[in-house]
Amino acid sequence: MLEVRNLTKIYEGGVLALNRVSFQVPQGQFLAIIGLSGSGKSTLLRCINRLIEPTEGEVIWKGVNITTASPQELRLVRRKIGMVFQNFNLVYRSKVITNVLCGRLGYVNPAWSLINRFSQEDIQKALRQLERVGIADKAFQRADELSGGQQQRVGIARALMQDPEMILADEPVASLDPVLAHSIMRYLEQINKEDGVTILCSLHFLDLVHRYADRVIALNKGNLVFEGLPQEIDDQKFKEIYGREAERIG
Amino acid sequence: MEKKTQPSIWKSLRLGLGILAVLVVYAYGFQVTKVDLAEFRKESRQDSRIRVMRALVKPDIFEFDQEEFTVFAPIYVPCPNQMPQIPPPDPNQPYLVIPSQCGKPNQSIQVEGFNFQPNIKGPIFFVPSSDPNASLALQRGNIETDSQGHFLITIRLPNRPSEEVQYLKVVTRRNVGLPRFSQTAKDTWDKIIETIFLALLATTIGTLFSLPISFFAARNLMKEVKSPLTSISLAALGWPIGIALGLNAARLIQSFLAPWRHQSPASLVLGVGSALAGTLLLRWAVFDPRREQDNRSTKMLRTVAQLAGLVAWVLAFFALSQLGVKVGFSLASHLGRFAFLGNFIGQLSDVVTVLLTPAVALAGGAWVGSLGGELGTKWNDTLPAAVLKLLNSLFSAFAMATLFGLLGWGIGWLYEIKTIAYTLFYPAAVGAVLGALLALFTQPKQPLPIGLVIYTLTRTLLNAVRSIEALIMAIVAVIWVGIGPFAGVLALGLHTIASLAKLYSEQVESILPGPIEAITATGATRLQTIVYAVIPQIIPPYISFTMYRWDINVRMSTIIGFAGGGGIGFLLIQNINLLNYRAASTQMLAIAVVVAAMDYLSSAMRERFV
Repeated sequence: MLEVRNLTKIYEGGVLALNRVSFQVPQGQFLAIIGLSGSGKSTLLRCINRLIEPTEGEVIWKGVNITTASPQELRLVRRKIGMVFQNFNLVYRSKVITNVLCGRLGYVNPAWSLINRFSQEDIQKALRQLERVGIADKAFQRADELSGGQQQRVGIARALMQDPEMILADEPVASLDPVLAHSIMRYLEQINKEDGVTILCSLHFLDLVHRYADRVIALNKGNLVFEGLPQEIDDQKFKEIYGREAERIG
Repeated sequence: MEKKTQPSIWKSLRLGLGILAVLVVYAYGFQVTKVDLAEFRKESRQDSRIRVMRALVKPDIFEFDQEEFTVFAPIYVPCPNQMPQIPPPDPNQPYLVIPSQCGKPNQSIQVEGFNFQPNIKGPIFFVPSSDPNASLALQRGNIETDSQGHFLITIRLPNRPSEEVQYLKVVTRRNVGLPRFSQTAKDTWDKIIETIFLALLATTIGTLFSLPISFFAARNLMKEVKSPLTSISLAALGWPIGIALGLNAARLIQSFLAPWRHQSPASLVLGVGSALAGTLLLRWAVFDPRREQDNRSTKMLRTVAQLAGLVAWVLAFFALSQLGVKVGFSLASHLGRFAFLGNFIGQLSDVVTVLLTPAVALAGGAWVGSLGGELGTKWNDTLPAAVLKLLNSLFSAFAMATLFGLLGWGIGWLYEIKTIAYTLFYPAAVGAVLGALLALFTQPKQPLPIGLVIYTLTRTLLNAVRSIEALIMAIVAVIWVGIGPFAGVLALGLHTIASLAKLYSEQVESILPGPIEAITATGATRLQTIVYAVIPQIIPPYISFTMYRWDINVRMSTIIGFAGGGGIGFLLIQNINLLNYRAASTQMLAIAVVVAAMDYLSSAMRERFV
């Protein structure tokens, strides 16, 4: 169970990115977060694992208050929360397998990891994850030799290495074509259904929301403007979320 | 109409004045730089220019064994009344022909030579009868044969009248056998090798030190580092305490080891043993995320074990370097030709010994400083704001007073000010007031951008060091360690640290932030994030810059000898001062070859790695 209470983020310079946002996500749910660009979706996801320090409010996950956790506690929390990014955020000069093994950094002996040594167990696990996302043959290539869709699969494999109980996906398919988008979303769906991992995924296209999400929240200028089932978004609600001039395309 | 023309007159006037001003500037420039073509055209200048240029294009690289070949021709000065019979010369050998075979003193006569080696030069002498072993050089007394081995020269007979037969002597030399390297070439070779290794060592030292510094000079990494005033003040107070502790610990360990200095087995056992013990202790003590959270007493125990492990490691380092010094130098005296290997082990161990004390001091400072910082963060999180404000003003005043007191002590030491009020009390008081003011004007829980302060300080220091040319640093280094390549290594190394740290840090600043975010999100520590997200991104530019710097250092090391810093420059400036231009030319050629080769090599390597 993830509980977000009155989460507020004001950036330096006074930009209000999140305004007292509260919602709850039961374990194992696939939650979609929608809203215009700049509505605070990325900020919300990053406030949950404190890549961005929230200004006010609390994030409580499995009984742990993440917002007040000490640096060491925070690392223990973060290692259970996988994250997938719009721009994949791979280390392009490293091998695919190294990128995937990075997901293990919160678990391994810090001293050994500094000289790039991982246990055989972890390496086998990384290869299994790559197999799961269908790119086991690319394991020893450099990450920048892969296509966009393959890179995002590496990103997912890296998140899976963390044995996550929750995955935060920040517009994971926004820089991919529709066919690839579906294949990536299906992996997330599979992880959600088979492993029972909670998924918070910000999305642009409503058809993806209808197809994959259990529940939806919508942000507009930092405010939570909608919370409910995907089917409940009718034209009226759509205009409330995206503004008067918006037209539905998907 | 008038109104229209007036501005245009003004405009022309302004333009004219502007041109005049520029002319004046250049005229003054001519005056200051002493442009003087009359000097340039002077015959003596032209002669020396040609002489030097001709010497420079003939680098002294090869030399031959030379065979001397001497031809005599009898001559009477003045002409005797009755000319004695002179046998004709052998026409198969080189011979000289003097038309009348006699002449008055100071008379100019023509001398012809036949059957000489074609196209060679040599001196012509007058051998007086009074001293057959002397050779009097004659004015313009150099012969030069044509392609048939014939020459014709007009000489003036010296004022050496004698009734006996006297001689004209022509000496020619010719090269025999294969060319071999001249002494200059051998010296140049030795020095150019020294130069290359000087540059290599300076670059290595520079790289090792600038790697960590570059992270402190990278804005994007340091911007994130923020702490509340409580942590900063406590950390600042902790640093000097830690440094003092570290220094004392290092001293204690060294005096503990001193009795075994000459017993290598004991040093070995101590070194290996404490290294093992330290490793075991640290393995247990370092936080391992696979374990669950520790309770309070275990945590304390782990801290103590960490400390013990580190002390054991320091002990091991000291013992092993002590052993290295002993073994290395004793090897050096037994290895003969490979003595330099033993010497290397010995010197390297000595370097470790020298560096270990400041390293331990720094580590102590960092440790106590971070303890202070952690305590500060804890208080900052738990104490109410009002109490915190009070504590802050106290700690911050103390910290600033300490800092200013230390600064004052340093200044007092440098300028030899004996009054303790000026060097300690006043600075400390000023620091305390500033610290208290800082605490008063900041929110107690607000994180302060301490990272940016460190960043600015590092950058300022680097810029200051970088603005001093290595050649000038070499002058100081020569005073410190004596004339020789080691002074050059230190000077170039210091300059390399400053410039590489700047170049490196700019690379760190231009990396993609995404991977850092991603690695941080996996629960990695800050160090792991740097190793996995920052370093892979900066390795290629780092290699490239290091190669580039080596390239620069090779070039710099060729002239660092001008200031006594060793290398080929030392030889070059010597030969220039001795007007030995052919030798100087050899050294210039060597520099050109090495620099060009380095240029090619570094670009080839950069292509491979980047």
